[in-house]
Amino acid sequence: MEHYNMNLTLKVWRQRNNQATGSLETYLVKDISSEMSFLEMFDVLNEQLIVAGDDPIAFDHDCREGICGQCSMHINGRAHGPWTKNTTCQLHMRAFQDGDTIVVEPWRSKAFPVIKDLVVDRSAFDRVIQAGGYISVNTGNAVDANSLPIDKKDADDAFMAAACIGCGACVAACVNSSAMLFVSAKVSQLALLPQGEPERESRVLNMVAQMDKESFGNCSNTYACEAECPKGISVANIARMNREYLKAGLSTES
Amino acid sequence: MAFDSKIPSGEMKEKWNDYKGHVKLVNPANKRKLEIIVVGTGLAGASAAASLGEMGYKVKAFCFQDSPRRAHSIAAQGGINAAKNYQNDGDSVFRLFYDTVKGGDYRAREANVHRLAEVSNAIIDQCVAQGVPFAREYGGLLSNRSFGGTQVQRTFYAAGQTGQQLLLGAYSALERQVALGNVTMYTRHEMLDVVIIDDKARGIIARNLVNGELEKHFGHAVLLCTGGYGNVFYLSTNAMGCNVTAAWKAHKKGAFFGNPCFTQIHPTCIPVSGDYQSKLTLMSESLRNDGRIWVPKQKGDNRKAVDIPEEERDYYLERRYPAFGNLVPRDVASRAAKERCDEGYGVGTTKLAVYLDFKDAIIRYGKIEQGKQGDTNVTEADTIRLGKAVVEEKYGNLFEMYEKITGENPYEMPMRIYPAVHYTMGGLWVDYELQTTVKGLYALGEANFSDHGANRLGASALMQGLADGYFVIPYTLGNYLADEIRTSAIPTDHPAFAATEKEVSDRITTLMNIKGTQTVESFHKRLGKIMWDKCGMARNEKGLQEAIVEIQALKKEFWSDLRIPGDTNSMNPELDKAGRVADFIELGELMCMDALDRKESCGGHFREESQTEEGEAKRDDENFSYVSAWEYKGESDWQLNKEPLEFEIVKPTQRSYK
Repeated sequence: MEHYNMNLTLKVWRQRNNQATGSLETYLVKDISSEMSFLEMFDVLNEQLIVAGDDPIAFDHDCREGICGQCSMHINGRAHGPWTKNTTCQLHMRAFQDGDTIVVEPWRSKAFPVIKDLVVDRSAFDRVIQAGGYISVNTGNAVDANSLPIDKKDADDAFMAAACIGCGACVAACVNSSAMLFVSAKVSQLALLPQGEPERESRVLNMVAQMDKESFGNCSNTYACEAECPKGISVANIARMNREYLKAGLSTES
Repeated sequence: MAFDSKIPSGEMKEKWNDYKGHVKLVNPANKRKLEIIVVGTGLAGASAAASLGEMGYKVKAFCFQDSPRRAHSIAAQGGINAAKNYQNDGDSVFRLFYDTVKGGDYRAREANVHRLAEVSNAIIDQCVAQGVPFAREYGGLLSNRSFGGTQVQRTFYAAGQTGQQLLLGAYSALERQVALGNVTMYTRHEMLDVVIIDDKARGIIARNLVNGELEKHFGHAVLLCTGGYGNVFYLSTNAMGCNVTAAWKAHKKGAFFGNPCFTQIHPTCIPVSGDYQSKLTLMSESLRNDGRIWVPKQKGDNRKAVDIPEEERDYYLERRYPAFGNLVPRDVASRAAKERCDEGYGVGTTKLAVYLDFKDAIIRYGKIEQGKQGDTNVTEADTIRLGKAVVEEKYGNLFEMYEKITGENPYEMPMRIYPAVHYTMGGLWVDYELQTTVKGLYALGEANFSDHGANRLGASALMQGLADGYFVIPYTLGNYLADEIRTSAIPTDHPAFAATEKEVSDRITTLMNIKGTQTVESFHKRLGKIMWDKCGMARNEKGLQEAIVEIQALKKEFWSDLRIPGDTNSMNPELDKAGRVADFIELGELMCMDALDRKESCGGHFREESQTEEGEAKRDDENFSYVSAWEYKGESDWQLNKEPLEFEIVKPTQRSYK
């Protein structure tokens, strides 16, 4: 790859805390290498700010290899930035050109309140999982792993749904701040597997109820969630969850 | 101080069964009255917290991330070992035990390793029952692959995301216990000290990372499941937040530190590209199943990889180690790569890289697919297309990750890779029950030292984390807590809590008041460079002595010229990092002292003074067959205690993978 350096203008959301009013602040960064990751560019900016005596920008990140789901920036109007099937930490500066202006904001959703700058509170996702995103099997209760053959296609589909990293990009990308892609991925994974069968109905009902309680919005089928999902989780999971929900609703009422 | 590893007597294969049969129990009514603190929610912590919650204990779990699901176990790619022998290829509990002791270069405790091998099968069963979507064959049964240092296929996997799937399994079990009220979860909290009352661990001081408040939490026992300390090198495959702080505070309160110099340098990582680099990314060892490692035969060959003809390539692992080839253990593969690059055969712009090539695998798989389709009239392009599809199914996410980082397509040209710090075998010293030298204080998973000796085999970290959490601690902790049923919860206004809280708060004030000119990051980078240059893949006496002097000087500079912006009563990531780097600096010194003491080469610890004529690591069993258990005595002052290692079953020999 050809390397190049660039100078950039950044407009970054600054907000002291949950109560404060935030605003976009402008920063200049120079000699950014096209080989840097987007967060390494933020490291450079933060070092500049600290040396200048300013408060560095708070942002969530941890693994920096696209799997922990902690990074969460809305970059130029897109969750995780311009590359598809990608997280912010894996976005590299070769996606930009010298002279570009880049606008960086936190996830915007009532269910994800801002804690500071670009850091938001996504504990709503944990509470949705608590409502039923598991199979109730205590340690030591399991039978031999190969006593339960599973159709390879079902296993593969369950894996594809389970690849969700819980970053919240689906919510951030959605005009309604819907969490349907996140919730349906977990419902699908467990509905596709025979181990999930005993709690199949209560799971979908309880998880959806919790999702609504957390003030996520409704799904209006724009599919922005799938387009921005760094792991390519399919909206087919939403259709599956709707079927599961309908079936469960009918059988519990009868 | 005397210390006892508490290895049960009796035959190796009966020890764990006998132990379980005779261990003290806590009845269900008493479990409800006992409180347990679990720090860290990776595989070890999440599985322990969930299992103990299920048993009826009152558990408080802590993690510094925004959710327990983010813990760095999530990034493990390749797989998890178990002695299922589903492939009918001669595997057994004994083989897994033997391979692990040998792979660890005879520096692990046999009894612990045997127990690990024994419980390995139950882990797979438990995970499948939780809905972990492991890879399967068309018949619907579980699939396996090979990993380094073994000649059987015992690794279970979920594409290149095995750690993620196992952690999400443990996380969902944990969240279920949260919902049931058995576990209280504290996210964005960092443990900053352990509280000790009458020589027993009775709680922790944690800092709420959102509002900066210090909190006091009581527990009848404290479990540290806080991972490894690879970030002492600044650049490693660890997550940015991985740190030694919890373990280090425990160490300074009396827990011995075991084999701190035993560091694993993973052979296949994406090479460093510039000074701004913040972390390194692993390319799973599973790639060595199919990828072939090579460098040009000619020094300083600047041609593109694809332009170098077959006969001018040196497949140096296959040449040096014909029996294991590209699947030699990690320490051996890393040193071999370093040797070639040091000799001037490295590739890429920095010349600190070797090739990992999938061309042959793509063609081989392509031909197999053609065979399945019964099509004989195909072009080479078809073969390659079919082969790429197979490789994509096996390693697709890794290839994608490589392309995002480097901008190069590994299906078309070989990957460039180089060794990087990945895992630390050393950690808090624990006995057979996973208890540290402080009563009531336990260490699980990568945070302890016990099972991997001087080198961990691939796919064994996930196994150990889950073994400790699901199947070991639920038994061994009861043996301690059975004697604690009369201890009622100690109120956190007890003077010991107040005193420890004050220590923590004073340290934070001191850090904030330095008001110097240099950033935390710049100190961390300098520490990392000292460690990598002088306590990295190769170590020698002179370098280690220099490193100790340099680290002490760095420490002085850190405490006199550090700049932390912001304040203590709101979110302040720079302050969080400062505390961690301060602890890394102290640990770095101890690692160098340990490496200096161990005048032998073993596993990942390579002392240049101790090598065979062929440049292989030369162990010295006569003088160094012991675990180094370091006792903290004061600033830059440690006492070395030795736990002798006795090998009843696997007799130490020169490790050979030739």
